Amino acid sequence: MADAETPNAFQRTADKVGRAAVSGVEEIGLGAMMVVESGYWLLFGRREKQPVRLGAIFEQMMAVGIQAVPIIALLAATIGMMLAIQGIHTLRIFGAESRVTVGIAFSVVREFAPLITGIVIAGRSGSALAARIGTMKINQEVDALYVMGINPVRFLVVPALIAMLIMLPALTLFADFVALFFAGVYVNLDLGISLAAYMDETIELLSVDDLMHGLGKSVIFAVLITVIGVVNGASVQGGAEGVGKATTRAVVQSISAIIVTDMLFAFVVTRG
Amino acid sequence: MSEIGQPATTGDPPSKNVIEVRDLVTHYGERMILKGVSMDVRADEIMVIMGGSGSGKSTLLRHLMALEHHTSGSMRILGHDIDELSGVELVELRQKLGVAFQGGALFSSMTVGENVMLPLFEHTALDRKTMEIMVRMKLQVVELGGFENLMPSELSGGMIKRAAFARAIVMDPKILFCDEPSAGLDPVVASQLDDLILLLRDALGMTVCVVTHELDSAFKIADRITVLDRGEILFIGTPDELRASGNQRIQNLLNRVAEDDDMDAETYLNRLTGDGPAYRPL
Repeated sequence: MADAETPNAFQRTADKVGRAAVSGVEEIGLGAMMVVESGYWLLFGRREKQPVRLGAIFEQMMAVGIQAVPIIALLAATIGMMLAIQGIHTLRIFGAESRVTVGIAFSVVREFAPLITGIVIAGRSGSALAARIGTMKINQEVDALYVMGINPVRFLVVPALIAMLIMLPALTLFADFVALFFAGVYVNLDLGISLAAYMDETIELLSVDDLMHGLGKSVIFAVLITVIGVVNGASVQGGAEGVGKATTRAVVQSISAIIVTDMLFAFVVTRG
Repeated sequence: MSEIGQPATTGDPPSKNVIEVRDLVTHYGERMILKGVSMDVRADEIMVIMGGSGSGKSTLLRHLMALEHHTSGSMRILGHDIDELSGVELVELRQKLGVAFQGGALFSSMTVGENVMLPLFEHTALDRKTMEIMVRMKLQVVELGGFENLMPSELSGGMIKRAAFARAIVMDPKILFCDEPSAGLDPVVASQLDDLILLLRDALGMTVCVVTHELDSAFKIADRITVLDRGEILFIGTPDELRASGNQRIQNLLNRVAEDDDMDAETYLNRLTGDGPAYRPL
């Protein structure tokens, strides 16, 4: 016989949902605090005798940005050519394949370059950040930083955040050029439009606003990837298995956040 | 024993106690861990904190290192009330404390030398050459001279602990905290670490506070021993006084005798059935 204290299935589900909601809000709050604290250390670190080290930022920039150049180049080239193939195929129905440049230029700069760069960096660097901080936490390395008088946010998070804020837009810009170039190569091979004519038309079509649309998104993605990586890393419990779970969670959350933010950003900006 | 209550000032503290803990109460969530702990650690002594698993000794150490917030009570370290320190003052105080963690807590992405150098790099304006010399000196003290370019993953368990000691002492701290220094080591290496702790106290004049459950190690190095039991202080005194204690719980600890759980039947049933009533009809 179930007594009054035993929760029924509905209560258990409500309890589970409630706890998940509270935990989600906590994580968002923690992430927001992390961004605010990072800003504080960046501005006032020197006054607090804990300056943010340039060396650490460059080290992170190398890991986040420079080492990601080959994979970004490969994927951007593939995306550019894929857009050209699909665009020409679709427009051929209307006999308007020569207008494919319009679709490629806007799609790459406003959408695909920031999105593909964000997803690659989330998978590459967001996961690495979560794994690094999670491992440091279970090995008491974060405690060691505290007792050495080194603030972990200043030492670990700020360099990663700054590196991400610089390198993600830079990689997005790089992806723009690579994708547009390889799309142009395909257009040249398929339609016989010269690369120079293709580039001229692309430059004429695109405005600074279009470029900033893509780069603006990449800045938001940079913050999201860093914060989600750090919050998941900092919440690791239970040893190596916990690190694995946090890393997976960080990647899934980052990619989901990137895609949802991408849609929201596009909605807000295009209606503004 | 000197009285606490004097405001902390710059320079040497007025008391010869370097750590003064009064009525410290701490919780993890709802659970009370330390139930009003009071103790002192005198300058230049080796204080060993002992106790069984779950006695609260590691929690006490984390509080002494100012890594956790306490519920009530007070703690003065080197004359400074921990609760009254600003962020910058806490950082300055921490530069006078060294900690050798149980697992070493060396940064796996840095070499041994970089690990030891990190506090110098962060808190001093020394040039790189001088820092390198100091690192080599400290590694020499812990008999790891020449190992500065190895990664932590290339070291044995005992070497990792010694490297952790080198990092802990690189700023010449006034107090050195050691968390289970002998845990997981063979008796010979554990004994070498005990000798190292004695050397650091004698040669470098540090106060050392060690948490351990290794009896042999505790009796070898301790000037005084604090025994914690279920979050309360059971004993503070010299090793000889500890051996002579008539307290049954202390004798159980020293003789490695498991204690009977004096739980009544109703509490036992509660534990089995959760937090509900002692008897729940099916």
